[in-house]
Amino acid sequence: MNVTIVDYNSGNISSVINSFKEVAKDKVNIEVTSDLNKIKSSDKVVLPGQGSFKSCVDALNSLNGLVDTLSDFVLNDKKPLLGICVGLQMFADIGYEEKETKGLGWISGKVSRINNQNNKYKLPHIGWNEINIVKDSKIFKDIKNNSHMYFVHSYEFIPENKNVISATIDYSSNIVCAVEKENIFGTQFHPEKSDKIGLKIIDNFIRL
Amino acid sequence: MLKNRIIPCLDVKNGRVVKGINFIDLKDAGDPVEQAQIYSDGGADEICFLDITASNENRNTIYDVVEKTSKKCFVPLTVGGGIRSVDDINKLLNCGADKVSINTAAVQNFEVVVESSKKFGSQCIVVAIDAKKNSDNWEIFTHGGRNNTGIDAIEFAKKMENCGAGELLVTSMDRDGTQVGYDIELMSKISSKVNIPVIASGGVGNLDHLVEGIKLGNASAVLAASIFHYGKYSVKEAKEYLDLKGIPVRI
Repeated sequence: MNVTIVDYNSGNISSVINSFKEVAKDKVNIEVTSDLNKIKSSDKVVLPGQGSFKSCVDALNSLNGLVDTLSDFVLNDKKPLLGICVGLQMFADIGYEEKETKGLGWISGKVSRINNQNNKYKLPHIGWNEINIVKDSKIFKDIKNNSHMYFVHSYEFIPENKNVISATIDYSSNIVCAVEKENIFGTQFHPEKSDKIGLKIIDNFIRL
Repeated sequence: MLKNRIIPCLDVKNGRVVKGINFIDLKDAGDPVEQAQIYSDGGADEICFLDITASNENRNTIYDVVEKTSKKCFVPLTVGGGIRSVDDINKLLNCGADKVSINTAAVQNFEVVVESSKKFGSQCIVVAIDAKKNSDNWEIFTHGGRNNTGIDAIEFAKKMENCGAGELLVTSMDRDGTQVGYDIELMSKISSKVNIPVIASGGVGNLDHLVEGIKLGNASAVLAASIFHYGKYSVKEAKEYLDLKGIPVRI
């Protein structure tokens, strides 16, 4: 099996690469590339993302044919894709970080700044928070409810259809921290930095 | 609910840990990779390396350490010490650091913070503020606390937030190494002035100091070095104690 981590200059992805390689060992081939043919032929894709919504979308768009290839992979071939952090946020139709920016539109919704109730809550939301699992998601197999995951973000994904939400966290309000829509998976937290429990989520994705 | 973080910090010199944990079962007490793993297995919420390598020839040793550690350690890794430029930051992130902590360079040229937070995202830019009390205010020091600057620490903290820092690592130079506790007044003043998380550092001698840093200093995270290195307390004991005192921690 081939799992491709999309390398599109979205910031620091070495931790994502290290964690997937750690979990995959020699059983699964982990490819890190922006080569369209390799993405097309791979079994699963990981879409990381750091920095702002706009910078990540711009970086995706600057590689010719990448957005179309990914959309085709997800919407037509229906193969599994995992978006991490801004990688998840880009599933939305629109994001408001820096300036209004069009997202991939795979899951209807928007990405807005977390309402921190007039600075009552610090932003970025940095650190370990307990996830509240609201839907049986394949990537949460053997993950206990209220497990701790590592977060770093100031923006949240607000999907139109609440059925896609698989977990939330409590930070000023209920914030979406994981989604699943058919073959599309996303985590706002960083499984690659969430200790053994995070590696388990990566393992679950690889084993899908 | 967001948990308060406990961050053990390791001083690394020429690629080796100085002041390490004196556990008898350690194969190599000077190996930063092994020590980081022990902390991470013990429940550390993040690991911090402070590179105190003095000579430029040995500067590259930290990259090798970070690269090896990041392959074994799956909690966030922050690296500070000797970072001069956006290029240095880029190199550390590429080696597997999740965040970098910038001290002297941020004071000398705040554009480094502006540029790097734009380029890599605020989430990986920590500004380290070393401050010393000066009658009723605090002054910023650079070069590992050797040089004074005349800059007010609280104003500087605010400025760094505006420049794009994602977190502030605040060290009291008066308290560092004394084991008498954090400078609570400094921590709480900075924490109330900025809306980004503050990590308290400098002066921890016992577990009550960690509690004070969070409860009184309003720090989001507490960093400590010697109480963990010398095996006085384990990270696990520290977390259990905080939990007992009603502070939310990841256990």
